[in-house]
Amino acid sequence: MKYIMLIYQGAALERQAALTEDEQKQVYADYQGINETPGVTPMPPLGLAETATTVRVEGGRTLTTDGPFAGMKEAVGGVFILEADDLDAAIEVAARVPAARYGGAVEIRPSQVYW
Amino acid sequence: MVALDEVFREEWGRVLATLIGVLGDFDLAEDAAQEAFAIAADRWPRDGVPDNPRAWLMRTARNRATDRIRRDRALAPKLALLAAADRVEVPMDATAFPDERLELIFTCCHPALAIEAQVALTLRTVGGLSTDEIARAFLVPERTMAQRLVRAKRKIKAAGIPFRVPPAHLLRERIDAVLAVVYLIFNEGYGGRDDLAAEAIWLGGALAELLGDDPEVRGLLAMMLLHDSRRETRFDGGELVLLADQDPARWDAAQIGRGRSQLDRAIALGGRGPYVLQAAIASLHAQAPCDWAQLAALYGELGRRTASPVVELNRAIAVAETEGPAAGLRIVDGLGLDDFRYLHSTRAELLRRLGRLDEARDAYRRARELTADGAERRFLERRLTELNG
Repeated sequence: MKYIMLIYQGAALERQAALTEDEQKQVYADYQGINETPGVTPMPPLGLAETATTVRVEGGRTLTTDGPFAGMKEAVGGVFILEADDLDAAIEVAARVPAARYGGAVEIRPSQVYW
Repeated sequence: MVALDEVFREEWGRVLATLIGVLGDFDLAEDAAQEAFAIAADRWPRDGVPDNPRAWLMRTARNRATDRIRRDRALAPKLALLAAADRVEVPMDATAFPDERLELIFTCCHPALAIEAQVALTLRTVGGLSTDEIARAFLVPERTMAQRLVRAKRKIKAAGIPFRVPPAHLLRERIDAVLAVVYLIFNEGYGGRDDLAAEAIWLGGALAELLGDDPEVRGLLAMMLLHDSRRETRFDGGELVLLADQDPARWDAAQIGRGRSQLDRAIALGGRGPYVLQAAIASLHAQAPCDWAQLAALYGELGRRTASPVVELNRAIAVAETEGPAAGLRIVDGLGLDDFRYLHSTRAELLRRLGRLDEARDAYRRARELTADGAERRFLERRLTELNG
């Protein structure tokens, strides 16, 4: 199964900033470890949510607004693709993402073809 | 016909689990199983029950699934399943079937499903209740329940929830999730819907058969059997009867025996978990006169395990029996459960025994405000009337 893994930072960025240098190195190492996990296709790292631009189209008019579609705290903070046998395997990888233990979360979305 | 119901009940979960295991498709398996059981319900009373009912049901369901895949063009991509269906061998000896009910239970109680969905799916697939029966038990429209089941099955397929017994490192957590579902079903039943309590006990028995070495599994079954043994005496003409006023002669002695033997097994297996403790507590409740000192000690241990103020409230009731209402009240007044109706009804009772009647009346009124349920509310009103009289 192909899963798209969405990382939400929540309070994680602030909490990670308060960690010791060694702990911060561990966070980077853990992300590196995720990227090197068999089945993972890393995506380019996402810029901060405050640099996002949201586009909607209403009545043929393109509306462009500053910021993410959801609130700043609720915005997606990172993405990777995971090829795994089943949801349990995906949950195990998700649990290794540092954001998940520092007040953020990982959302697992199965890939689906709609057409 | 009762015997036939029994056969259906025993076989439904097994046949369905085997079909899901082979076909990998909940809907297809469920439709096929349902058709096979419908044919059996039509034929068996007329032609007699076949020698090997399970093999008959399996074969018929497999043939239905095969027909369905051939007939339905939408299922064309599932042609590979045909080969799978053909692999469902039908041995002459019914015991030769792998029992995949555990796989089914763990799939239905996967934490990626909402708890309501877990409950509904478990009752439908393992328990064999109809959508309509589950809807009635949980007081929701049948349409709502049907949608809940459809959504749950869709999620299992789309998200890739595995059909398997979890590996060792996940097992504890997943067994606890399964027990939580069964416990929740039982609690719904304990409020008065006997059918759900019986259903939970049946599921607990099936679990004990499949996971007999797990003390918590046996603990939960013991607890349910012991609580349920007092079912006949908990209500009198629809009115709530407290433990102290129940007639022990009308408790189900045989069921108490079954509960205690499950509890003994759990303890012998080294069980000291929350369900085993609750079973030990239920065992004391089913004993007259009640050993309040031991009950207080067990609630103390359970409270240390769970850090639950509700458990602490129960300990207060036991302490009030051994050390007097003032000692019980001291515990109750230290709990922050202001919105919990049983806190106020317990306070009221202890204040009444201490002769502090004005405060007792206030506490009963507060409990009444928080109580919607008919029998419990009427009980509180009777107490208030007695205090006023």
